[in-house]
This record gives sequence, C-alpha cells and structure tokens, in this order.
Amino acid sequence: MQQFSYSRAPDIAAALQQSKDHGESKYLGGGTTLLDCMKLHVETPAHLVDVNHLANRIEVKSTTIRIGAAVRNSDLAYHEVIRTKFPVLSEALLAGATPQIRNMATVAGNLLQRTRCTYFRDTTWPCNKREPDSGCSAIDGFNRSHAILGTSDKCIATHPSDMCVALIALDAVIEAEGPRGKRQIPMRDFHVAYGEDPIKESVLEAGELITAVEIPELPFYARSHYLKVRDRASFEFALVSVAAALQIEGDRITGARLALGGVGTKPWRATEAEQALVGRHPDENAFVEAAGVALRDARPQRDNGFKIELAKRSICRALGVVARMK
Amino acid sequence: MATSETICGQPMDRVDGHLKVTGRATYAADVRLDKLAYAALVLSTVSSGRIKHIDSAPAEKSAGVLAVITHHNAARLHSQEQEKRPGVDPEVGEPLSPLQDAVIRYHGQPVATVISETFVQATYAASLVHVVYEDSSGINDFNAAAAKAKPPTPVKGGKPGKSADYQRGDSAAALAKADVRVDAKYSIAAEHHNPMELHATVASWDGARLTLYDKTQWVDNVQEQVALAFRLDKENVRVISPFVGGAFGAALRVWPHVLIAALAARHVKRPVKLVLTRSQNFTIPGYRPKYLQNVSLAATREGTLTAIEHEGIGQTSIYEEYTESLLDTTRQLYACPNVKTHYRLAAMNVNTPASMRGPGEVSGVFALESALDELAVALKVDPVELRLRNFAKEDPEYNLPWSSNSLQACYRQAAQRIGWDQRTPAPRSMSDGNQLIGYGMATATWPAKRLPASVRVQLKQDGSASIETAGSDIGPGTYTALTQIAADALGLAASQVTVVLGDTNLPTAPVQGGSMTIASIGSAVHEAATAMRNKVIKLAQEDPQSPLHRAVASDIEVKAGRLSLHKAPHTGESYAQLLQRHRQETLELTHSSKPGDETKKYAMRSFGAHFVEVRVDRDLGNVRVARVVSAFAAGRIINPKTAHSQAIGGIVGGIGMALLEHTRWDSRNGRIVNSNLADYHVPVHADIHPIEAFFIEETDMYSNPIGTKGLAELSIVGVAAAIANAVYHATGKRLRDLPITLESLL
Ligand SMILES: Cc1cc2nc3c(=O)[nH]c(=O)nc-3n(C[C@H](O)[C@H](O)[C@H](O)COP(=O)(O)OP(=O)(O)OC[C@H]3O[C@@H](n4cnc5c(N)ncnc54)[C@H](O)[C@@H]3O)c2cc1C
Ligand code: SF4
Repeated sequence: MQQFSYSRAPDIAAALQQSKDHGESKYLGGGTTLLDCMKLHVETPAHLVDVNHLANRIEVKSTTIRIGAAVRNSDLAYHEVIRTKFPVLSEALLAGATPQIRNMATVAGNLLQRTRCTYFRDTTWPCNKREPDSGCSAIDGFNRSHAILGTSDKCIATHPSDMCVALIALDAVIEAEGPRGKRQIPMRDFHVAYGEDPIKESVLEAGELITAVEIPELPFYARSHYLKVRDRASFEFALVSVAAALQIEGDRITGARLALGGVGTKPWRATEAEQALVGRHPDENAFVEAAGVALRDARPQRDNGFKIELAKRSICRALGVVARMK
Repeated sequence: MATSETICGQPMDRVDGHLKVTGRATYAADVRLDKLAYAALVLSTVSSGRIKHIDSAPAEKSAGVLAVITHHNAARLHSQEQEKRPGVDPEVGEPLSPLQDAVIRYHGQPVATVISETFVQATYAASLVHVVYEDSSGINDFNAAAAKAKPPTPVKGGKPGKSADYQRGDSAAALAKADVRVDAKYSIAAEHHNPMELHATVASWDGARLTLYDKTQWVDNVQEQVALAFRLDKENVRVISPFVGGAFGAALRVWPHVLIAALAARHVKRPVKLVLTRSQNFTIPGYRPKYLQNVSLAATREGTLTAIEHEGIGQTSIYEEYTESLLDTTRQLYACPNVKTHYRLAAMNVNTPASMRGPGEVSGVFALESALDELAVALKVDPVELRLRNFAKEDPEYNLPWSSNSLQACYRQAAQRIGWDQRTPAPRSMSDGNQLIGYGMATATWPAKRLPASVRVQLKQDGSASIETAGSDIGPGTYTALTQIAADALGLAASQVTVVLGDTNLPTAPVQGGSMTIASIGSAVHEAATAMRNKVIKLAQEDPQSPLHRAVASDIEVKAGRLSLHKAPHTGESYAQLLQRHRQETLELTHSSKPGDETKKYAMRSFGAHFVEVRVDRDLGNVRVARVVSAFAAGRIINPKTAHSQAIGGIVGGIGMALLEHTRWDSRNGRIVNSNLADYHVPVHADIHPIEAFFIEETDMYSNPIGTKGLAELSIVGVAAAIANAVYHATGKRLRDLPITLESLL
C-alpha cells in the first residue's frame, strides 16, 4: 500500500474543506472497496477523509424515506420499514457480500464501489478504466462475468452493486453536497455507463460528498422482489440479478419497475420492458415479451453469451414471484 | 474394535481444539523473533523468456528496506541430487531453484525479494522493483499443449500408473466385439488447494545453524532439502511446524519461498518472515492439474465389463514432469480382463502441479465412474447393480487378495439410507416445483499404504507419558488419534498422554500425505507404547519389592496407569509407584516401525460409496447438492468424531470440484486471472446441505498392527462423479466437463 494521510471530518462542511485541502483525496466509508483497491495499488489516494460518522440516520417521512450516506448496509437491510415497504431493497442488500462486509459497508460507498473486472483489479494488465487509453484486457480475455448491456470497445465491465439495482428500480434520488452547493441527482442519472466513459463512473464532481439517498414511497413497492443468480449460494457477485415491482389492479398490471444487475455497465433500468408490461395480464406471456424487450440490445462477449438467456429467464422468474405476492 | 474399555474407537474431542479456538496454537506466520525483518516477493509478469534488466534502486531507497535480492546478488543454492530426491517431488525434471538465473519458466515465478523492517514496507517496496523481460512466447494454452502431449520420460522402477503404459488382455479386440460400448471424453479444470492458512516461513540463522518455522506436511524433508541447498549438515537445520492450518497437499514439497526465506535471513543477518499473499499461493506452491481423459468401456448385454481403455492427458510444467496415480483405480476397481491405460503429459509454462487431496485417483475416478454411469444407462441396468456385477473379488492388477474389502456393503447401506429404491430411473422424471431432482452415485477408493516411522515414548514418575515424533498434524486430528492409540497401549487415561509433533529434533517420521499417517505413525506409536508397557511389566516382574514379582507377563494388565493381575485386581501397583521406587525420573525408549511383507501378499485399499441428491433449477440451471450419503470402509476407525469431520470435509471438497473450483489461466500470457478467494470459488456454508457420512465396521487384519486404512483422501474420491451422474438423472444432460456451471444447463 502506498503511504497516505488521514483525517476525520467533524461535519459536512469540514469534510468538504478537508477534501479541498488535500489534492488527491478520497472520502472513506466502510473502506471495503477503497482499502482493498489501495492494497492492490489500483487506487493510490494521498489522503483519506473519514466520513463514517456523518449522516448515519434513517428518517421515515410521510411520502419518502431518507437514508443517511453513512448508514451501514446491514442496518438498512434490517430496518423495519425497508423490509416491509421496500422488500426489494432489503433483499438486494442481503444478497450482497457477507455479513461482516455489510456491517462495514455504507450506502454511499456501495453507490461508488468499483467494478470487479479481474483485469481492472490487477495492475499488471492494460485497462482503460485504470489507465486511460491503455486498452481493455477483458474484451479478448476471460469475460464470463462481464456486461452485455451498455458496453463498448472501451470497456465491458459490470457494475457490481446489488443495492444500486434496487435503488434504480425504486427511482431513488441521491443527495450530494460539494464546493458548488447541494444538489439532488436522480438515480437514473447518477451512474455513467463504463462503456460510455470508463473513467467517469458517476456524475459526482471532484470533492462532492454524498449525504443521503431518498426513496419515494409508493404502495406497490411493497410488492417487490430481488432475484440474484450466481454460481454459489453466497459471497459472490451476481451473474444476473433482477429487481422487480408490480402494481396490479384487478387482473391488469398498472405499474411496473424492472432493473437488472450483473449484465450492465451501470445499474440497468429496463424502462421499455416496464412499459411493455403495463396494461397486460400478469402472466408468462407478458413476462417473456418484457424480457425480450429488456435484452433486445444485449451484446455477448466470448464467454458470457449465456447471460442473455439467463437474464430473460431470471426476469420471468422474478416477475412471476412478484405477481403471486399478496 | 471399539469396546467401552478402549479409548480408540471413542469420539474424543480434539486435544488441541482448545488451543486452536483460543488462538494459542502457533502457526508459522505467528512466530515472532527478536529483530525480525519481513520479506515480500516480486513475481514475474511473463510466462517465458529471460530477465533483461532489474532495477531495484527505487525499492532499495524506499522506507525501511534492508535489501533487495535478485539472481544477481542471491547466494548460490545447490541443486537437488537425483538419488536423494524425496517421494513428494516429481521423478523427472529439476525443481525450481529460486533467484538463481535469469530464465523465466512461468508467470508468477519469484524474481526478487525485498526485505524490510515491516511487512507493509516490504510489500510496498516490492511494487517498486522494475523488471524488464525479454519475452518469448510461452506455451499458455492447455489445448495446444495437450495436442502435443508426450508420454512421461521412463524412470527406473517407474510405476505403471505414473510413467508407463499398461495393458492386460486385449482391450481393442474386446471393444470391437462388444455388445454395448461407451466412448467418452472428460475434462477437469485445475484446482488450487487454498487451505485457510497461507504458506509462511520464518528463517533464523545462528552462525551455520538454521532454524525454520514453516508450514509443512513434512519437517524432515524440509530439513533435508534445505540442508542440501545450502550445503549444511542436516543436524544444523532445525524445522519446527507444530500446527498447520490445512494443506491438502499444498505443503508436501519444499517450495521456493522456503529457500528464499533462508536466503533472505542470511543476507540481512536477521531473522526473516516470509508470508505469501493469497495470490502468490497460486504460483509458488502447486495445484491439481488440468486433465483431458478418454474412456472406452465394453460390456456384454448382461452388464459384465469386457474392456476398459483409459487415457489421461495431464498438465505439467516445462521444468518438471508431474505425474500422479490417475489411472490406478481403472486397473484395480473392477473385475475386467482387458484393460489398457495411457498417461500423457501436456507441458506448459506454468508452475509444476502438485498432489491435492486424492491426487490422481480423484481425477481418474471422475472419468471412470461417469463412464460407468453412461454404461448403466446404455444397458438399462441400475448403476449400483452394474457395479456389484463387476465387483473385483481380488485385485485384478496384481492378482492378490484384498486385505479387506467391504465395498459391497458400502453400496448397499448407502443406497438404503438415501432411499435409492425411491428413485425413478428415467432421466428428468423427478421434480418439485422449479426443481428437477436427480440421484446419482459413484465409488470411492484409495490405496492403503504405510511408511516407516519412529517414535519416542517417555513414561514419567507421575505416571504420565509423552509421545514424540516429527510427524505433522495438518488438521485431521493426528494429535488426538495418537493420544488415543498411546493411551490404550500404555493403559493410561487419554489425559495422561501428551503428544509432541512437528519438529526435526524428534524421531523421524514420514510425510503427512497419502492418508498414511495413522497407518504409519499410529502403528509406530502402538508398537512403541506396547514396548514401553512390556518394559515396565518386566521391571515389576523382576523387582522383589513389587506385588507383581515373578508374575507371568500374560497375567498382568495395565489400566488407568496401574499394573495388576487380571484375576486378582488388588494385587498390583501403579506406574508411578514403580518408577518412584526405582528412582527413575523417566523411562524412555525410541522405536522404529515399518511395513513387512504383507504388501506382497495383499492388495490394500479403502473403499466407499457416495450417493447424492441434486436439485437443478429447471430455468436457471443452478445445481444444489441437497443431500449426500456416503459409506466408507477404511478399516478400524480410531476416532469416529475426527474421522467423520475428515469425511465430510472431503465431501465438501468434492462438491467444490464438481461445481465451483476452477483455476483459470489467461492463455494470452499465462497469468492466472482468479488468484483470490472472491474469484476462485470454494463452497460456502450456504452451498452445503445435509451430509451423512458413516463407516462400515471393518478391521483389517493385515494392513498394519492397528488395523486401519486411510480415510482422508478416500472421502473426496468419487464425489464429483456422483454429482455429475445425479445431474444427468435430474436433467437428462450428460456433463463431462468439470466444474459443472449453470450455463451448461440452460
Ligand atoms: C469480498 C467482497 C464481496 C462483495 N460482494 C458484494 C456483492 O455481492 N454485492 C454487492 O453489491 N457488493 C458486494 N461487495 C461490495 C460492497 O458492497 C462494497 O465494498 C461496499 O458497499 C462499499 O461500501 P464502503 O462504505 O465500504 O465504501 P468505501 O470502500 O469506503 O468507499 C467506496 C468508494 O466510495 C467513496 N465514498 C464513500 N463514501 C462517500 C461519500 N459519502 N461521498 C462520496 N464518496 C464516498 C470512496 O471514496 C470510494 O471511492 C463486496 C465486497 C467485498 C470486499
Ligand atoms: S472491461 Fe473495463 S475495467 Fe475491465 S479491463 Fe476492460 S476497460 Fe478495464
């Protein structure tokens, strides 16, 4: 690990100031991504501003729930309101990593976790995401876990987060504060597809701090589910995951939320597939069609062509589960 | 057999369990010495070629750095002499002698070591060493290497399985006129042992004397090899390894880092600790090699095997020919008159493979037992019935009677426990909601071997005893089992016996490998402790002050440390009384034990049978091993509790092999792309469902004085085949490539 300095910010203003005072600084959440990457020399910040103790409350408001940036993944997953009114989020969090990691990981850190592309995490390989224009080692390499949506010849890495897939399905909004003041960024606009720009990853600007995530509370979010498909039953990133919610009135779907993980270069919202579901009977035909729409633009690589079919079947499975929920 | 009177046969808790769970068992990396410095390795980033230039200046200037050692300034190491090559090393080729030349043989080969005041300083400085290579294209693709596979170089006395082609009868003719035949090709991914404990060595010199604290399965071999490399008298090298946190074969050999630690400590004239990173654990020690296998079976309509041909192409390095007993089972498991086996080697720019739990047999049996299942399907015969029909009443390779063989009982009892008769034979005929259900089975077997071993027994004035031998306990419970054997032979309570292991200062012991420890060291302990008991009895008989003066030896028994007459239990005295009267602080003896000619008279193997139930998601392809029922016949079981742990551990390893474990080299440059535990998948708890492992009562009259046979490796052999066979039954898809992944079932 390269040497670095460390400071702990007493409040948000101080955090922004400390970040400004040290040129190459990073905010430190649970450190489960950042410290790993530092040990691998993939990240080499000169300074860390510890923001673990800032903004760690969950506020239940009348039409939204507001989650502090430093809330731990486990605290969020087991929160009563999250479990009952946003089950997809609770399930997504619990499908991620291990209890030990979830006890450290923060919401903001999870939003900004780095890809697990093996070539990115090993500095002996060329990688456009680590070193601009050095080339992508995954395109001609082992790419079973890589993305099929939002890729380009610059980068095909998968956005690894489970939580983000649920958040994007639920239309969450990110609150950030930076040198230029506070702003709210809809989750849909927050991440930049790696394929578009391997370096950028999100619209956050240098020194900008995430302070909270807010989710609108819609009654049908209680009818939601997260399905994660992988080789082993735990402690593995998704090959494919699906966040789904359905509003069913009478025998019709009147509202749908569908997002995919493990297949996109950012958390992937399948808006057109959602539109294809609305107005339909919640049955297998509707699900199969929606799945086809969701994967229409998928582009397979050497080792991950199976993800297209797997994603379609996973969508059908997840929608089926949601449709049968009471 | 276990009676309430004997301690052997009791499910005793581990004697070292408390030390381990409280963190007081000292593993190699835990050792702290005065003025300890830390070494970190720099590994090659090409698989073939030469080092053109190494710039170590930036590393040397980095904070805390004491030295950087490369092939330019490393002390010369002497290479191994062919005659003194240990059994754990390949018979052909030269082991990698680290930092001795500019030649790059594989990606991840050590090219430099940095020694610093702290571990973090050392690893950081190692990242600053800049190496320029003259890169020549290496052989990085297994299929390309396999296409040019060659027979192993013949060695004197080479066993057929390892080095020579084997043939009995005329398999070609039998295949040509077979009623039914199966021809299939199987492949197995390479796997790394990944024991929880990382490889680590602490080296400390005192003049010409070297002490090594090492993670090893064989301290005596480390002593020998290091003494040879540094031209030291063996007596001047002491190797200490009381606890090993799992090894599975990864610590059988002396790997380059052990020599590097010793080199580094000599260079900086301070003790040095070298702990490999998880990633370095992939290219410094070995791994289970990749295989391609072709199997052809011929049978009569009634299901009698008439021919087996089995060819294996195994991965090896360009500097050593690694071979293992891949094809032994094929020659010995079934009564088949016409058998041909071939071993071929695919040499690549990789580090040399190594034995990994059940080496060879576990890979060969996957192919053989999968093919048997295919034959059962072709014949429309129950797979268990097919195996029973071809049961070998004696060893068909050497035509020797089995020392014991309860395989048929294993099949029958395990089949009954899992409810095999409830299985509907047609593939894809059983389901539960989204889950397709399948049942499969396969045979397990492992040779029962024994090696010479020596043991020192001390009986102390307080009536307690200590047992000392250089052997290891890498986790199976050796300390505990030896305690039980000694306590029974000496007539002591287990709490009165202390076992000391893992130090070259103790009497010599063989490698802890091949499931031979209890047969070898356990037999030696039994004999040594019995000799001690007889010595004490003699002392009493000859002592006019003893109540047992002139008693007949066979009338005397020892229980709870007290000698007495069977028929008059009140007549007697304790070990303590006798030793105190004789003013003997201790009585001591050292005993060497070795196998006799029983190996020429009997064929010896442990046997078992695995039965599994899998559940396959019909849409998503996930395979879950819902239940495993395995029967093992491994002679006498010294400790049913630790034996059971061994058995379920082996089965879990087999589940990993079947469904998850897969070391991947990038064929562009020969670099492993998943050398960490997030990307190299071993099963997690959530993957493991009920496992029922049980033992068939068996005492082997011939294997060794205590009637045991090996168990550890037996338990993993056959698991992968049973799972693949069950997946076929569940889905109708025959999967011949391991690991089985969900995409193959979509
Ligand atoms: C072994 C392992 C397995 C895992 N498995 C999964 C999995 O299955 N699914 C999954 O979704 N995730 C998984 N993860 C990833 C895990 O979820 C993330 O590491 C974690 O969520 C990151 O949170 P953190 O607080 O530790 O972030 P940190 O490591 O502290 O930070 C991550 C990034 O966020 C930045 N940051 C942190 N806080 C702020 C803030 N307030 N404002 C702006 N920037 C900030 C940091 O500067 C850094 O760039 C796994 C991780 C590990 C180590
Ligand atoms: S996929 Fe992206 S992260 Fe991976 S090597 Fe290519 S550019 Fe780097």
